[in-house]
Amino acid sequence: MEDIKSKVWDVVVVGAGPVGLYAGIEIAKAKSSVLILDRKQEIGCPKRCAEGLSLRWFNILGLKPNPEWSIQPIHGAALYGPSGKQIKMKNKEPQGYILERKMFEKHLAIEAVKLGAKITMKHLVVSAKRENGIVEMNVEADGKIQTIKAKLVIACDGIDSLVARMLGLNTKNNLNDTDSGYQYEMTGISGYDENLLHLYFGVDIAPRGYIWIFPKREGTANVGIGIGAYEEKTAKFYLDKWIASQPGVKDGSIIEVNAGGIPVGGFLEKMETDNLLVAGDAGHMVDPIHGGGIGIAMEGGRLAGAVAVKALKAKDFSDKMLSTYTKEWYALRGNELKRRLKSRHLLEQLTNEDFDYLAGSISMDEALKIGNGTLTKTDKFALFTKKLVTRPKLLKIMVKYFQ
Amino acid sequence: MVVKNNSNKCAYCGACVGVCPTQALVLKDVRIFVDESKCISCGACVKICPVGAMELSKEVKTASKSKK
Ligand SMILES: Cc1cc2nc3c(=O)[nH]c(=O)nc-3n(C[C@H](O)[C@H](O)[C@H](O)COP(=O)(O)OP(=O)(O)OC[C@H]3O[C@@H](n4cnc5c(N)ncnc54)[C@H](O)[C@@H]3O)c2cc1C
Ligand code: SF4
Ligand code: SF4
Repeated sequence: MEDIKSKVWDVVVVGAGPVGLYAGIEIAKAKSSVLILDRKQEIGCPKRCAEGLSLRWFNILGLKPNPEWSIQPIHGAALYGPSGKQIKMKNKEPQGYILERKMFEKHLAIEAVKLGAKITMKHLVVSAKRENGIVEMNVEADGKIQTIKAKLVIACDGIDSLVARMLGLNTKNNLNDTDSGYQYEMTGISGYDENLLHLYFGVDIAPRGYIWIFPKREGTANVGIGIGAYEEKTAKFYLDKWIASQPGVKDGSIIEVNAGGIPVGGFLEKMETDNLLVAGDAGHMVDPIHGGGIGIAMEGGRLAGAVAVKALKAKDFSDKMLSTYTKEWYALRGNELKRRLKSRHLLEQLTNEDFDYLAGSISMDEALKIGNGTLTKTDKFALFTKKLVTRPKLLKIMVKYFQ
Repeated sequence: MVVKNNSNKCAYCGACVGVCPTQALVLKDVRIFVDESKCISCGACVKICPVGAMELSKEVKTASKSKK
Protein backbone atom coordinates (compact mmCIF):
# COMPACT_ATOMS: atom_id res chain seq x y z
CA MET A 1 0.00 0.00 0.00
CA GLU A 2 1.16 3.51 -0.77
CA ASP A 3 2.69 5.25 2.24
CA ILE A 4 0.50 8.31 2.59
CA LYS A 5 2.83 10.00 5.07
CA SER A 6 6.00 9.90 3.03
CA LYS A 7 5.25 12.87 0.81
CA VAL A 8 3.85 16.38 0.81
CA TRP A 9 0.44 16.18 -0.90
CA ASP A 10 -0.67 19.02 -3.11
CA VAL A 11 -4.04 18.85 -1.39
CA VAL A 12 -5.44 16.84 1.50
CA VAL A 13 -9.23 16.84 1.66
CA VAL A 14 -10.60 16.02 5.12
CA GLY A 15 -14.00 14.33 4.90
CA ALA A 16 -15.10 11.82 2.28
CA GLY A 17 -18.72 13.03 2.14
CA PRO A 18 -20.19 14.13 -1.19
CA VAL A 19 -18.44 17.47 -0.91
CA GLY A 20 -14.95 16.19 -0.14
CA LEU A 21 -15.21 13.59 -2.88
CA TYR A 22 -16.36 16.16 -5.41
CA ALA A 23 -13.58 18.57 -4.47
CA GLY A 24 -11.16 15.66 -4.81
CA ILE A 25 -12.46 14.84 -8.30
CA GLU A 26 -11.84 18.42 -9.41
CA ILE A 27 -8.25 18.35 -8.15
CA ALA A 28 -7.50 14.90 -9.54
CA LYS A 29 -8.77 16.04 -12.95
CA ALA A 30 -6.03 18.70 -12.95
CA LYS A 31 -3.45 15.94 -12.25
CA SER A 32 -2.48 17.33 -8.85
CA SER A 33 -1.86 14.88 -6.02
CA VAL A 34 -4.82 14.61 -3.66
CA LEU A 35 -5.53 12.51 -0.59
CA ILE A 36 -9.10 12.29 0.75
CA LEU A 37 -9.32 10.96 4.28
CA ASP A 38 -12.21 10.24 6.60
CA ARG A 39 -12.54 9.01 10.16
CA LYS A 40 -15.49 6.78 9.30
CA GLN A 41 -15.37 3.11 8.58
CA GLU A 42 -17.50 3.21 5.46
CA ILE A 43 -18.17 5.90 2.87
CA GLY A 44 -21.79 7.07 2.97
CA CYS A 45 -22.54 5.49 6.39
CA PRO A 46 -24.14 6.56 8.61
CA LYS A 47 -26.02 9.05 6.48
CA ARG A 48 -27.02 12.39 7.99
CA CYS A 49 -29.50 13.08 5.24
CA ALA A 50 -32.97 12.55 3.74
CA GLU A 51 -31.34 11.99 0.33
CA GLY A 52 -33.45 14.33 -1.81
CA LEU A 53 -31.74 15.99 -4.80
CA SER A 54 -33.62 18.06 -7.35
CA LEU A 55 -33.02 17.82 -11.08
CA ARG A 56 -31.74 21.38 -11.06
CA TRP A 57 -28.72 20.17 -9.10
CA PHE A 58 -28.18 17.16 -11.33
CA ASN A 59 -27.85 19.65 -14.19
CA ILE A 60 -25.62 22.15 -12.36
CA LEU A 61 -23.31 19.36 -11.20
CA GLY A 62 -23.31 17.51 -14.53
CA LEU A 63 -24.72 14.33 -12.95
CA LYS A 64 -26.94 11.89 -14.80
CA PRO A 65 -29.61 9.92 -12.93
CA ASN A 66 -28.34 6.39 -12.44
CA PRO A 67 -30.63 3.57 -11.23
CA GLU A 68 -27.85 2.32 -8.95
CA TRP A 69 -28.04 5.41 -6.75
CA SER A 70 -30.91 7.69 -7.79
CA ILE A 71 -33.55 5.20 -6.84
CA GLN A 72 -36.86 7.04 -6.69
CA PRO A 73 -38.02 9.68 -9.18
CA ILE A 74 -39.92 12.57 -7.56
CA HIS A 75 -42.55 14.39 -9.58
CA GLY A 76 -43.53 17.12 -7.13
CA ALA A 77 -44.44 17.85 -3.55
CA ALA A 78 -47.36 18.07 -1.15
CA LEU A 79 -47.27 20.58 1.71
CA TYR A 80 -49.67 20.00 4.61
CA GLY A 81 -50.98 22.52 7.15
CA PRO A 82 -51.61 21.38 10.73
CA SER A 83 -55.25 20.49 10.10
CA GLY A 84 -54.40 18.50 6.99
CA LYS A 85 -55.13 21.10 4.30
CA GLN A 86 -52.66 20.69 1.48
CA ILE A 87 -51.00 22.37 -1.47
CA LYS A 88 -49.94 19.85 -4.07
CA MET A 89 -47.97 19.99 -7.28
CA LYS A 90 -47.30 16.99 -9.48
CA ASN A 91 -45.54 17.21 -12.82
CA LYS A 92 -45.47 14.60 -15.53
CA GLU A 93 -41.69 14.57 -15.65
CA PRO A 94 -39.48 13.87 -12.62
CA GLN A 95 -38.32 17.01 -10.81
CA GLY A 96 -35.67 15.23 -8.82
CA TYR A 97 -34.69 11.96 -7.17
CA ILE A 98 -34.26 10.34 -3.81
CA LEU A 99 -30.74 8.97 -3.72
CA GLU A 100 -29.27 5.95 -2.02
CA ARG A 101 -26.44 8.04 -0.62
CA LYS A 102 -24.29 5.10 0.33
CA MET A 103 -24.19 4.06 -3.34
CA PHE A 104 -23.96 7.63 -4.60
CA GLU A 105 -20.92 8.41 -2.49
CA LYS A 106 -19.21 5.14 -3.37
CA HIS A 107 -19.79 5.97 -7.01
CA LEU A 108 -18.13 9.39 -6.47
CA ALA A 109 -15.26 7.72 -4.61
CA ILE A 110 -14.59 5.27 -7.45
CA GLU A 111 -14.69 8.14 -9.93
CA ALA A 112 -12.20 10.16 -7.84
CA VAL A 113 -9.77 7.25 -7.61
CA LYS A 114 -10.06 6.52 -11.36
CA LEU A 115 -8.95 10.09 -11.92
CA GLY A 116 -5.92 9.62 -9.68
CA ALA A 117 -7.07 10.58 -6.16
CA LYS A 118 -6.15 8.49 -3.12
CA ILE A 119 -8.78 7.73 -0.47
CA THR A 120 -8.30 6.32 2.98
CA MET A 121 -10.84 5.56 5.74
CA LYS A 122 -10.65 5.25 9.52
CA HIS A 123 -8.20 8.15 9.65
CA LEU A 124 -9.13 10.85 12.16
CA VAL A 125 -7.44 14.25 12.04
CA VAL A 126 -6.74 15.13 15.67
CA SER A 127 -4.65 18.28 15.25
CA ALA A 128 -3.20 20.49 12.54
CA LYS A 129 -0.61 23.25 12.36
CA ARG A 130 1.43 25.16 9.79
CA GLU A 131 5.16 24.55 9.53
CA ASN A 132 7.25 26.40 6.91
CA GLY A 133 4.24 27.15 4.74
CA ILE A 134 3.00 23.55 4.83
CA VAL A 135 0.20 22.04 6.88
CA GLU A 136 1.12 19.15 9.14
CA MET A 137 -1.81 17.13 10.42
CA ASN A 138 -1.67 14.56 13.16
CA VAL A 139 -3.87 11.74 12.06
CA GLU A 140 -4.96 8.83 14.23
CA ALA A 141 -5.20 5.50 12.45
CA ASP A 142 -4.68 1.92 13.62
CA GLY A 143 -4.18 3.21 17.15
CA LYS A 144 -1.15 5.26 16.11
CA ILE A 145 -0.61 8.92 15.32
CA GLN A 146 1.00 9.70 11.99
CA THR A 147 1.85 13.04 10.42
CA ILE A 148 0.39 13.84 7.02
CA LYS A 149 1.59 16.88 5.11
CA ALA A 150 -0.15 19.07 2.54
CA LYS A 151 0.37 22.34 0.73
CA LEU A 152 -3.33 22.98 1.00
CA VAL A 153 -6.11 21.49 3.10
CA ILE A 154 -9.77 21.52 2.11
CA ALA A 155 -11.93 20.99 5.20
CA CYS A 156 -15.08 19.14 4.11
CA ASP A 157 -15.56 17.63 7.54
CA GLY A 158 -19.25 18.31 7.97
CA ILE A 159 -21.25 20.00 10.73
CA ASP A 160 -18.74 18.93 13.38
CA SER A 161 -15.88 20.53 11.49
CA LEU A 162 -12.91 20.97 13.77
CA VAL A 163 -10.17 20.97 11.14
CA ALA A 164 -10.79 24.56 10.04
CA ARG A 165 -10.89 25.60 13.67
CA MET A 166 -7.57 23.83 14.24
CA LEU A 167 -6.10 26.07 11.54
CA GLY A 168 -7.57 29.30 12.87
CA LEU A 169 -10.81 29.69 10.92
CA ASN A 170 -13.88 29.82 13.14
CA THR A 171 -16.60 27.61 11.66
CA LYS A 172 -18.59 27.09 14.85
CA ASN A 173 -22.38 27.02 14.41
CA ASN A 174 -24.66 29.27 16.46
CA LEU A 175 -27.69 27.55 17.94
CA ASN A 176 -29.98 30.12 16.35
CA ASP A 177 -28.79 29.23 12.88
CA THR A 178 -28.77 25.48 13.33
CA ASP A 179 -31.52 22.93 13.05
CA SER A 180 -31.69 19.74 15.00
CA GLY A 181 -32.52 16.86 12.66
CA TYR A 182 -33.71 13.34 13.33
CA GLN A 183 -34.93 10.65 10.99
CA TYR A 184 -35.90 7.02 10.60
CA GLU A 185 -35.55 5.11 7.41
CA MET A 186 -38.73 3.08 7.62
CA THR A 187 -40.18 0.25 5.62
CA GLY A 188 -43.61 -1.33 5.52
CA ILE A 189 -45.35 2.05 5.47
CA SER A 190 -48.16 3.29 3.23
CA GLY A 191 -50.79 5.93 2.64
CA TYR A 192 -48.74 8.49 0.70
CA ASP A 193 -47.95 9.04 -2.98
CA GLU A 194 -44.45 7.63 -3.59
CA ASN A 195 -43.81 10.09 -6.40
CA LEU A 196 -44.07 13.15 -4.16
CA LEU A 197 -42.14 14.66 -1.29
CA HIS A 198 -44.47 15.17 1.68
CA LEU A 199 -43.88 18.07 4.08
CA TYR A 200 -45.92 18.63 7.24
CA PHE A 201 -45.99 22.06 8.90
CA GLY A 202 -47.29 23.37 12.21
CA VAL A 203 -45.85 24.82 15.39
CA ASP A 204 -46.86 21.77 17.44
CA ILE A 205 -45.76 19.34 14.75
CA ALA A 206 -42.28 20.73 14.14
CA PRO A 207 -41.49 24.11 15.72
CA ARG A 208 -39.41 26.27 13.35
CA GLY A 209 -39.28 23.43 10.83
CA TYR A 210 -41.23 20.57 9.36
CA ILE A 211 -41.62 16.82 9.17
CA TRP A 212 -40.91 15.03 5.91
CA ILE A 213 -41.56 11.78 4.12
CA PHE A 214 -39.06 11.25 1.31
CA PRO A 215 -40.13 8.02 -0.44
CA LYS A 216 -37.52 5.43 -1.38
CA ARG A 217 -39.91 3.09 -3.27
CA GLU A 218 -41.92 0.03 -2.26
CA GLY A 219 -43.12 1.23 1.13
CA THR A 220 -39.70 2.42 2.24
CA ALA A 221 -39.01 6.08 3.04
CA ASN A 222 -36.95 8.52 5.04
CA VAL A 223 -39.33 9.90 7.66
CA GLY A 224 -37.69 12.77 9.46
CA ILE A 225 -37.85 16.13 11.15
CA GLY A 226 -35.84 19.32 11.39
CA ILE A 227 -36.59 21.81 14.19
CA GLY A 228 -34.91 24.88 15.62
CA ALA A 229 -32.08 23.87 17.92
CA TYR A 230 -33.42 26.15 20.65
CA GLU A 231 -36.54 24.09 21.24
CA GLU A 232 -36.95 22.66 24.73
CA LYS A 233 -38.04 19.21 23.56
CA THR A 234 -35.92 17.08 21.24
CA ALA A 235 -36.40 16.44 17.53
CA LYS A 236 -36.89 12.77 18.40
CA PHE A 237 -39.75 13.67 20.75
CA TYR A 238 -41.67 15.53 18.02
CA LEU A 239 -41.03 12.90 15.37
CA ASP A 240 -42.08 9.98 17.57
CA LYS A 241 -45.23 11.86 18.60
CA TRP A 242 -46.17 12.55 15.00
CA ILE A 243 -45.46 9.03 13.76
CA ALA A 244 -47.70 7.62 16.52
CA SER A 245 -50.56 9.67 15.06
CA GLN A 246 -50.12 8.50 11.45
CA PRO A 247 -52.08 5.35 10.59
CA GLY A 248 -50.00 4.33 7.55
CA VAL A 249 -46.67 5.00 9.24
CA LYS A 250 -46.95 4.03 12.88
CA ASP A 251 -46.83 0.28 12.33
CA GLY A 252 -43.87 0.40 9.96
CA SER A 253 -40.42 -0.95 10.84
CA ILE A 254 -37.39 1.21 11.45
CA ILE A 255 -34.38 0.04 9.45
CA GLU A 256 -32.05 2.97 10.15
CA VAL A 257 -31.79 5.78 12.71
CA ASN A 258 -30.23 9.00 11.45
CA ALA A 259 -29.53 12.24 13.23
CA GLY A 260 -27.69 15.45 12.51
CA GLY A 261 -27.35 19.17 12.92
CA ILE A 262 -28.18 21.30 9.90
CA PRO A 263 -26.42 24.67 9.46
CA VAL A 264 -29.40 26.53 7.98
CA GLY A 265 -28.13 30.09 8.25
CA GLY A 266 -25.25 32.08 9.55
CA PHE A 267 -23.19 31.92 6.40
CA LEU A 268 -19.46 32.37 6.95
CA GLU A 269 -17.99 35.72 6.04
CA LYS A 270 -14.71 34.08 5.36
CA MET A 271 -14.29 30.58 4.00
CA GLU A 272 -10.54 30.48 3.64
CA THR A 273 -7.31 31.30 5.40
CA ASP A 274 -3.64 30.48 4.74
CA ASN A 275 -3.38 26.93 3.31
CA LEU A 276 -7.07 26.24 3.97
CA LEU A 277 -10.43 26.24 2.22
CA VAL A 278 -13.66 25.06 3.82
CA ALA A 279 -16.66 23.63 1.96
CA GLY A 280 -19.98 21.87 2.49
CA ASP A 281 -21.64 21.67 5.89
CA ALA A 282 -18.31 22.68 7.41
CA GLY A 283 -18.63 25.96 5.49
CA HIS A 284 -22.36 26.27 6.32
CA MET A 285 -23.31 25.79 2.65
CA VAL A 286 -26.89 24.69 3.17
CA ASP A 287 -30.22 25.98 1.91
CA PRO A 288 -31.88 27.93 4.75
CA ILE A 289 -35.41 26.93 3.77
CA HIS A 290 -35.26 23.20 3.24
CA GLY A 291 -31.88 22.35 4.74
CA GLY A 292 -30.73 20.73 1.49
CA GLY A 293 -26.97 20.60 1.38
CA ILE A 294 -26.02 17.95 -1.16
CA GLY A 295 -26.24 20.05 -4.32
CA ILE A 296 -25.21 23.42 -2.93
CA ALA A 297 -22.35 21.94 -1.02
CA MET A 298 -21.05 19.82 -3.90
CA GLU A 299 -21.05 22.92 -6.06
CA GLY A 300 -19.05 24.61 -3.27
CA GLY A 301 -16.70 21.63 -3.17
CA ARG A 302 -16.16 21.88 -6.89
CA LEU A 303 -15.41 25.59 -6.57
CA ALA A 304 -12.95 24.89 -3.73
CA GLY A 305 -11.27 22.31 -5.97
CA ALA A 306 -10.98 24.81 -8.81
CA VAL A 307 -9.52 27.51 -6.53
CA ALA A 308 -7.05 24.96 -5.15
CA VAL A 309 -5.90 24.11 -8.66
CA LYS A 310 -5.28 27.81 -9.39
CA ALA A 311 -3.33 28.22 -6.15
CA LEU A 312 -1.21 25.17 -7.00
CA LYS A 313 -0.39 26.63 -10.40
CA ALA A 314 0.59 29.94 -8.81
CA LYS A 315 2.41 28.09 -5.96
CA ASP A 316 0.71 30.54 -3.62
CA PHE A 317 -1.40 29.28 -0.73
CA SER A 318 -1.81 32.55 1.11
CA ASP A 319 -5.11 33.81 2.44
CA LYS A 320 -4.88 36.62 -0.13
CA MET A 321 -4.55 34.24 -3.06
CA LEU A 322 -7.34 32.01 -1.77
CA SER A 323 -9.73 34.85 -0.92
CA THR A 324 -11.27 34.72 -4.40
CA TYR A 325 -12.99 31.60 -3.10
CA THR A 326 -15.29 33.43 -0.67
CA LYS A 327 -16.04 36.13 -3.23
CA GLU A 328 -16.81 33.66 -6.00
CA TRP A 329 -19.02 31.56 -3.74
CA TYR A 330 -21.16 34.51 -2.69
CA ALA A 331 -21.56 35.59 -6.32
CA LEU A 332 -22.40 32.03 -7.37
CA ARG A 333 -24.71 30.99 -4.52
CA GLY A 334 -24.25 32.79 -1.21
CA ASN A 335 -26.23 35.90 -2.12
CA GLU A 336 -29.17 33.82 -3.36
CA LEU A 337 -29.11 31.84 -0.12
CA LYS A 338 -29.10 35.03 1.95
CA ARG A 339 -32.38 35.96 0.25
CA ARG A 340 -33.82 32.59 1.16
CA LEU A 341 -32.65 33.07 4.74
CA LYS A 342 -34.97 36.08 4.92
CA SER A 343 -37.87 33.88 3.82
CA ARG A 344 -36.93 31.37 6.47
CA HIS A 345 -37.21 34.01 9.16
CA LEU A 346 -40.67 34.80 7.82
CA LEU A 347 -41.76 31.16 7.98
CA GLU A 348 -40.60 30.93 11.56
CA GLN A 349 -43.16 33.55 12.56
CA LEU A 350 -46.22 31.82 11.18
CA THR A 351 -48.85 30.36 13.50
CA ASN A 352 -50.84 27.16 13.01
CA GLU A 353 -53.76 29.23 11.69
CA ASP A 354 -51.45 30.97 9.20
CA PHE A 355 -50.17 27.63 7.93
CA ASP A 356 -53.71 26.33 7.50
CA TYR A 357 -54.86 29.51 5.84
CA LEU A 358 -51.94 29.51 3.39
CA ALA A 359 -52.34 25.80 2.66
CA GLY A 360 -55.97 26.44 1.75
CA SER A 361 -55.47 29.59 -0.30
CA ILE A 362 -52.13 29.90 -2.10
CA SER A 363 -50.80 27.98 -5.08
CA MET A 364 -47.63 25.90 -5.18
CA ASP A 365 -46.14 28.52 -7.48
CA GLU A 366 -46.76 31.21 -4.86
CA ALA A 367 -45.42 28.94 -2.11
CA LEU A 368 -42.21 28.40 -4.09
CA LYS A 369 -41.82 32.10 -4.78
CA ILE A 370 -42.29 32.92 -1.11
CA GLY A 371 -39.60 30.37 -0.31
CA ASN A 372 -37.26 31.71 -2.95
CA GLY A 373 -37.93 35.34 -2.06
CA THR A 374 -38.75 35.99 -5.72
CA LEU A 375 -42.33 37.32 -5.63
CA THR A 376 -42.74 39.91 -8.40
CA LYS A 377 -44.68 43.15 -7.94
CA THR A 378 -47.73 41.63 -9.63
CA ASP A 379 -47.48 38.47 -7.47
CA LYS A 380 -47.30 40.59 -4.33
CA PHE A 381 -50.27 42.71 -5.37
CA ALA A 382 -52.39 39.62 -6.05
CA LEU A 383 -51.29 37.87 -2.87
CA PHE A 384 -51.61 40.83 -0.55
CA THR A 385 -54.87 42.29 -1.83
CA LYS A 386 -56.77 39.14 -2.74
CA LYS A 387 -55.58 36.42 -0.42
CA LEU A 388 -54.11 37.99 2.69
CA VAL A 389 -56.43 40.95 3.05
CA THR A 390 -58.59 39.09 5.57
CA ARG A 391 -55.56 38.16 7.69
CA PRO A 392 -54.03 41.44 8.83
CA LYS A 393 -51.34 39.92 11.06
CA LEU A 394 -50.11 37.58 8.37
CA LEU A 395 -50.27 40.39 5.82
CA LYS A 396 -48.12 42.54 8.09
CA ILE A 397 -45.44 39.85 8.35
CA MET A 398 -45.46 39.27 4.58
CA VAL A 399 -45.23 42.97 3.80
CA LYS A 400 -42.37 43.36 6.23
CA TYR A 401 -40.36 40.66 4.50
CA PHE A 402 -41.33 41.31 0.92
CA GLN A 403 -41.84 45.04 0.58
CA MET B 1 -21.78 21.44 36.42
CA VAL B 2 -20.44 18.94 33.94
CA VAL B 3 -21.86 17.71 30.72
CA LYS B 4 -22.14 14.01 30.06
CA ASN B 5 -22.81 11.99 26.95
CA ASN B 6 -25.25 9.13 27.30
CA SER B 7 -23.73 6.75 24.76
CA ASN B 8 -26.82 4.57 24.87
CA LYS B 9 -28.98 7.38 23.48
CA CYS B 10 -26.34 9.02 21.27
CA ALA B 11 -26.68 8.69 17.48
CA TYR B 12 -23.08 9.89 16.85
CA CYS B 13 -24.16 12.64 14.50
CA GLY B 14 -21.69 15.30 15.63
CA ALA B 15 -24.23 18.13 15.90
CA CYS B 16 -23.09 18.86 19.47
CA VAL B 17 -19.46 19.13 18.30
CA GLY B 18 -20.51 21.72 15.71
CA VAL B 19 -22.08 24.08 18.25
CA CYS B 20 -19.58 23.71 21.09
CA PRO B 21 -17.84 27.08 21.45
CA THR B 22 -14.73 25.71 23.16
CA GLN B 23 -13.95 22.57 21.17
CA ALA B 24 -14.59 20.51 24.28
CA LEU B 25 -16.26 17.74 22.30
CA VAL B 26 -14.81 15.29 19.79
CA LEU B 27 -16.53 12.50 17.88
CA LYS B 28 -14.24 9.53 17.57
CA ASP B 29 -15.01 5.89 16.75
CA VAL B 30 -18.75 6.22 17.39
CA ARG B 31 -18.12 7.90 20.75
CA ILE B 32 -18.43 11.46 21.97
CA PHE B 33 -15.50 12.46 24.18
CA VAL B 34 -15.96 15.39 26.54
CA ASP B 35 -12.88 17.32 27.63
CA GLU B 36 -14.16 18.67 30.93
CA SER B 37 -11.24 21.05 31.27
CA LYS B 38 -12.49 22.92 28.18
CA CYS B 39 -16.25 22.74 28.85
CA ILE B 40 -17.85 25.97 30.07
CA SER B 41 -21.25 24.34 30.76
CA CYS B 42 -23.01 26.60 28.24
CA GLY B 43 -25.56 23.94 27.37
CA ALA B 44 -25.44 24.42 23.58
CA CYS B 45 -24.76 20.72 23.03
CA VAL B 46 -27.70 19.80 25.24
CA LYS B 47 -30.03 22.05 23.22
CA ILE B 48 -29.06 20.86 19.76
CA CYS B 49 -28.91 17.14 20.49
CA PRO B 50 -31.77 15.55 18.48
CA VAL B 51 -32.12 12.68 20.94
CA GLY B 52 -31.38 14.22 24.34
CA ALA B 53 -28.09 12.37 24.79
CA MET B 54 -26.14 15.28 26.30
CA GLU B 55 -27.01 15.90 29.91
CA LEU B 56 -25.82 18.66 32.23
CA SER B 57 -25.39 17.07 35.62
CA LYS B 58 -24.96 18.80 38.96
CA GLU B 59 -21.71 16.95 39.56
CA VAL B 60 -18.77 19.26 40.25
CA LYS B 61 -15.72 19.16 38.04
CA THR B 62 -12.78 17.41 39.62
CA ALA B 63 -9.16 17.90 38.67
CA SER B 64 -8.63 14.27 37.81
CA LYS B 65 -11.73 14.23 35.64
CA SER B 66 -10.57 17.13 33.52
CA LYS B 67 -7.64 15.10 32.31
CA LYS B 68 -8.35 13.11 29.19
C1 LIG C 1 -31.58 14.88 9.00
C2 LIG C 1 -30.97 15.53 7.78
C3 LIG C 1 -31.63 15.48 6.55
C4 LIG C 1 -31.07 16.07 5.41
N1 LIG C 1 -31.72 15.94 4.21
C5 LIG C 1 -31.17 16.44 3.08
C6 LIG C 1 -31.80 16.24 1.81
O1 LIG C 1 -32.83 15.59 1.69
N2 LIG C 1 -31.23 16.80 0.71
C7 LIG C 1 -30.06 17.50 0.79
O2 LIG C 1 -29.59 17.99 -0.23
N3 LIG C 1 -29.43 17.67 1.98
C8 LIG C 1 -29.95 17.16 3.12
N4 LIG C 1 -29.29 17.33 4.32
C9 LIG C 1 -28.01 18.04 4.34
C10 LIG C 1 -26.90 17.16 3.75
O3 LIG C 1 -26.95 15.87 4.28
C11 LIG C 1 -25.54 17.76 4.06
O4 LIG C 1 -25.55 19.10 3.72
C12 LIG C 1 -24.44 17.03 3.27
O5 LIG C 1 -24.31 15.71 3.70
C13 LIG C 1 -23.13 17.75 3.47
O6 LIG C 1 -22.09 16.99 2.97
P1 LIG C 1 -20.62 17.19 3.50
O7 LIG C 1 -19.76 16.40 2.59
O8 LIG C 1 -20.34 18.63 3.71
O9 LIG C 1 -20.61 16.58 4.97
P2 LIG C 1 -20.73 15.08 5.46
O10 LIG C 1 -21.49 14.25 4.52
O11 LIG C 1 -21.19 15.19 6.86
O12 LIG C 1 -19.22 14.58 5.45
C14 LIG C 1 -18.25 15.02 6.35
C15 LIG C 1 -17.26 13.91 6.56
O13 LIG C 1 -16.13 14.38 7.29
C16 LIG C 1 -15.68 13.37 8.15
N5 LIG C 1 -14.90 13.99 9.22
C17 LIG C 1 -15.32 14.92 10.12
N6 LIG C 1 -14.32 15.28 10.94
C18 LIG C 1 -13.23 14.54 10.57
C19 LIG C 1 -11.89 14.48 11.06
N7 LIG C 1 -11.46 15.22 12.08
N8 LIG C 1 -11.03 13.60 10.46
C20 LIG C 1 -11.46 12.84 9.42
N9 LIG C 1 -12.71 12.89 8.91
C21 LIG C 1 -13.59 13.73 9.48
C22 LIG C 1 -16.96 12.72 8.61
O14 LIG C 1 -16.74 11.40 9.06
C23 LIG C 1 -17.84 12.76 7.38
O15 LIG C 1 -17.78 11.59 6.61
C24 LIG C 1 -29.83 16.75 5.50
C25 LIG C 1 -29.17 16.81 6.73
C26 LIG C 1 -29.71 16.20 7.86
C27 LIG C 1 -28.96 16.26 9.16
S1 SF4 D 1 -21.86 22.58 27.59
FE1 SF4 D 1 -21.11 24.07 26.05
S2 SF4 D 1 -18.88 24.09 26.34
FE2 SF4 D 1 -19.64 22.25 27.40
S3 SF4 D 1 -19.42 20.64 25.89
FE3 SF4 D 1 -21.52 21.43 25.70
S4 SF4 D 1 -21.38 22.99 24.10
FE4 SF4 D 1 -19.29 22.57 24.76
S1 SF4 E 1 -25.77 15.75 19.12
FE1 SF4 E 1 -26.54 14.15 20.49
S2 SF4 E 1 -26.78 12.35 19.16
FE2 SF4 E 1 -25.52 13.80 18.04
S3 SF4 E 1 -23.40 13.17 18.56
FE3 SF4 E 1 -23.99 14.78 20.00
S4 SF4 E 1 -24.78 13.67 21.79
FE4 SF4 E 1 -24.76 12.21 20.10
